[in-house]
Amino acid sequence: MLTSPALNYNLLAPILIVLGGALLGVLVEGFIGRLYRARIQLIIALLTVAVSFGWVISIRSAQSQSAAVDSVSIDGGGLFLQGTILALAFVALLFFSQNDHFAPQASALPGSPEEALAISSGQQMTEIYPLVLFAISGMLLFPVAHDLITLFVALEVLSIPLYIVTGLARRRRLLSQEAALKYFLLGAYSSAFFLFGAAFLYGFSGSLSLSAIRTAAAVSGANQIFLLLGVLFISVGLLFKVGAVPFHSWTPDVYQGAPTPVTGFMAACTKVAAFGAMFRIFIVAFSSVQNDWRPVFVAISIVTMAGGAIAVISQRDVKRSLAYSSITHAGFLLAGVVALSKAGLTSMMFYLVAYGFATIGAFGIVTLVRDSTGEVSDLNRWAGLAKKSPGVATAFALFLMSFGGIPLTAGFIAKFSIFTSAYATGNIALVIVGVISSAIALIFYLRVVLIMFFKEPTDDTVTVAVPSFLVSTGIVICFVMTLVLGVYPNLLFNLANTMTALVP
Amino acid sequence: MNLLTLTMILPLFGSLALAVAPRENTQLIKLIALATSILTLISSLLILTKYKFGQTGFQLVESHSWFKVFGTRYAVGIDGLALALILLTTVLVPIVIVGGWNEAENGRWSIKTFYMLILILETSLVAVFAATDLFLFYVIFEAMLVPVYFLIGGFGRGDRAAAALKFLLYSLFGGLLMLAAVIGIFVVSLHQGPGSFDVTTLSHLKISHNTQDWLFLGFFIAFAIKAPLFPFHTWLPGAARSATPGTSILVLGVLDKVGTYGMIRFCLTLFPDASKTFAPYIIVLSLISIIYGAFLAIGQKDLNSLIAFTSISHFGFIVLGIFAMTSQGITGATLYMVNHGFSTAGLFLVGGWMIQRRKSSQIADFGGLQRITPVMAWCFFIAGMSALALPGLSSFVSEFLVLVGTFTRYPAAAVIGTLGIVLAALYVLILVQRSLHGPLQAGNEDTPDLNWREKAAIAPVIIALVLLGFYPKPAIHIIDPATSQVMAQASISDPTPLAGK
Repeated sequence: MLTSPALNYNLLAPILIVLGGALLGVLVEGFIGRLYRARIQLIIALLTVAVSFGWVISIRSAQSQSAAVDSVSIDGGGLFLQGTILALAFVALLFFSQNDHFAPQASALPGSPEEALAISSGQQMTEIYPLVLFAISGMLLFPVAHDLITLFVALEVLSIPLYIVTGLARRRRLLSQEAALKYFLLGAYSSAFFLFGAAFLYGFSGSLSLSAIRTAAAVSGANQIFLLLGVLFISVGLLFKVGAVPFHSWTPDVYQGAPTPVTGFMAACTKVAAFGAMFRIFIVAFSSVQNDWRPVFVAISIVTMAGGAIAVISQRDVKRSLAYSSITHAGFLLAGVVALSKAGLTSMMFYLVAYGFATIGAFGIVTLVRDSTGEVSDLNRWAGLAKKSPGVATAFALFLMSFGGIPLTAGFIAKFSIFTSAYATGNIALVIVGVISSAIALIFYLRVVLIMFFKEPTDDTVTVAVPSFLVSTGIVICFVMTLVLGVYPNLLFNLANTMTALVP
Repeated sequence: MNLLTLTMILPLFGSLALAVAPRENTQLIKLIALATSILTLISSLLILTKYKFGQTGFQLVESHSWFKVFGTRYAVGIDGLALALILLTTVLVPIVIVGGWNEAENGRWSIKTFYMLILILETSLVAVFAATDLFLFYVIFEAMLVPVYFLIGGFGRGDRAAAALKFLLYSLFGGLLMLAAVIGIFVVSLHQGPGSFDVTTLSHLKISHNTQDWLFLGFFIAFAIKAPLFPFHTWLPGAARSATPGTSILVLGVLDKVGTYGMIRFCLTLFPDASKTFAPYIIVLSLISIIYGAFLAIGQKDLNSLIAFTSISHFGFIVLGIFAMTSQGITGATLYMVNHGFSTAGLFLVGGWMIQRRKSSQIADFGGLQRITPVMAWCFFIAGMSALALPGLSSFVSEFLVLVGTFTRYPAAAVIGTLGIVLAALYVLILVQRSLHGPLQAGNEDTPDLNWREKAAIAPVIIALVLLGFYPKPAIHIIDPATSQVMAQASISDPTPLAGK
């Protein structure tokens, strides 16, 4: 006879609420007329995320390994990351309110008569909202999953909607579809690697649970070749998701091709989820063989920091360059992972928040700079932006300063703490490469500031769209967070510091 | 809130007041900026009434918790070294505002922005000297580059954007190296008790030789870029050519002193062993700076570049005095920082007025100004004489102290350094001869002499140059206890005079 598994609905509620909101969104898409649909979808999405966030706060001190049998572990670290994902997603969704970024009808082929018809009739599908909610639910599950199957399911739930929404850009449809296909194919490969690694780990330990893998790995004298193979393949899957060198090649294309609001969401929230999961897997399951994988991760961190920084200086497209900059940041975050300490986790979580807000804000601003055909992402055409719109240019400069780690921005505190944790665990090489990469990346950030502030506007066709209320709210939130976390980091940092518990 | 914090935030309040002031009323904006800077000056002078002269250690201390997890604090306090430089700052800012009354007019942005940036820069300059918490110091050290970047890039001349970018990149690169060292010393302090950024606590740490060397280099390179010392000086001439005179005064006169200040405050006291290890090499670099800067100054055709290269030579002297590690050397170097501030201010102010009148910064375009504009010419002459360290003017005292202090430990270095004085005479006298004397150059006939506003701006500079030249005792009285404190912390003692043996 089958017994139904015991589920702790209270602890799973944040994930379930978002899933419910997504399903509701699907129904709305089917049954509500197009006049109100966009507005209702947006309200549902925002409300869902807000309620879920509230729920996370209400269970903030919970700690349980059996929220869903043994598959999900709710603890301080996991809840902090869930809260981060939800907060970032909320702000990112504000930018989705600019409907004109998305294809009117996703199913229509680019340039086909159906598409022309959809545009001329003013049709606008809004399936993007439920898709994003599905992705968020996967992201929420990913950092709290405690066995390999759940991890894989979460990975797919977060990835597949993202493949679709990447292809939904309204303009430059072919580029967008190419990006989606690229993302999908490479993502499928990396998922396969992940699964392959999971199989090895199962073969090694006879279990899929992270705790059981740890127990098995701790037995000395066991033949660890399958364990190490498993670690290797799982790492490939995870490093792909965070865009670390040498698994980064999709990042610039996908970031460029995806609709810009989606890029912001993807860049910020996927990283939070993937780094959260990575930290949990490596500290819970693989910490006993850290001497084997740590040097590799140090090396990957170094090439990721340096590679991203070097690639970014020659970029001329804003979205591509932000993609390379995000690769550099993945390298910095990996420095927190290899620290494998409480301080490492705290600073990684703080870093994710600081980076997330600055990223969403920066991509949000990219959505505003336009000419008659849509967004302008060619950097040279941003010349003199400060003359056209001082506020927007200042905000963008602040986000860049935060990426560069200039003091009094959140990025500085984040970088400082993550380097400190790396230095304290003896990875001094990481710190040195880190500061040098920061210096190299700064060349690019400062060049953008120079272009915006000190170049005469040459292109009158480029204008800064007047942001709607929701969009300006989003930018203001990102701006304030970047500044406040830089000047007075105590509140969030202390919170992160008290929420580092990870159940074994 | 004590006087020190008040002095620090007054300019910030001033810039906030400017932010809400109407953009069109430029006269009001300038008056607000001037009033703020004078209030700040008064507040800094009031510090003198509270300050106990002759006492070592930090005074007017104030400390609040800031970023708890890392134990960083908002901690300020001053000793003689910091006090001297804070006074230099607060005296120079009103002079800059009065002297460059119209210099913001050709800017990319409004006059309001210019004065807001100047006042924010003043706040950060006072704060950077007052900080006794390494983290706080670092944050301000980096953050204050941003107003300077916009001051040069937004209000300068010529290829200002490129000059500003070069300045910022050099400084940030040095700053990031220093960040690694800051993290390093913090981790060392974590291993030896509760982690701290307090400068005094950090100076008691026991750091292994090898670690000291690396951390020292992290700090030193950052400071050498800022100072600027050969071979890290290449950003300076461009910045000096492009910046407005007021900005140049604040950058070369005060901001660059953060570098030499940091060498004393951090390099010597936190890493005494490494300082001793590297001192001979640094002495060589400073000698190269002295001679190389002087030679390049002789060859300059542009007035601003010339002043910039003389500064490289003078910074060589300051660094020489510091790393001679004698009490005369360090006191002399500190005094030199103040004196160089005033003599550079004099040169840039008068030079700026000359350039503004002639609409050219080429030295060859001037000539015969002595007859047309005697007051301006005399002022320029006096500032120039101070730069060549004429006895009776302030730089002489400090240059003498530096050379005497160096001689007791490194006689050869002192002898080579003296060459710098000879070369200084050469570049200053050539400059004076070409620009002030000789036949009147065409185009200079109608040059007006200084007006009352310009006289009011240059008067305090000349008074300071003369006063500190004839009666340097009060200044030395302020600086001396700080020097002996540094010597004690770094456990260095003066070499015994050779004659006694």
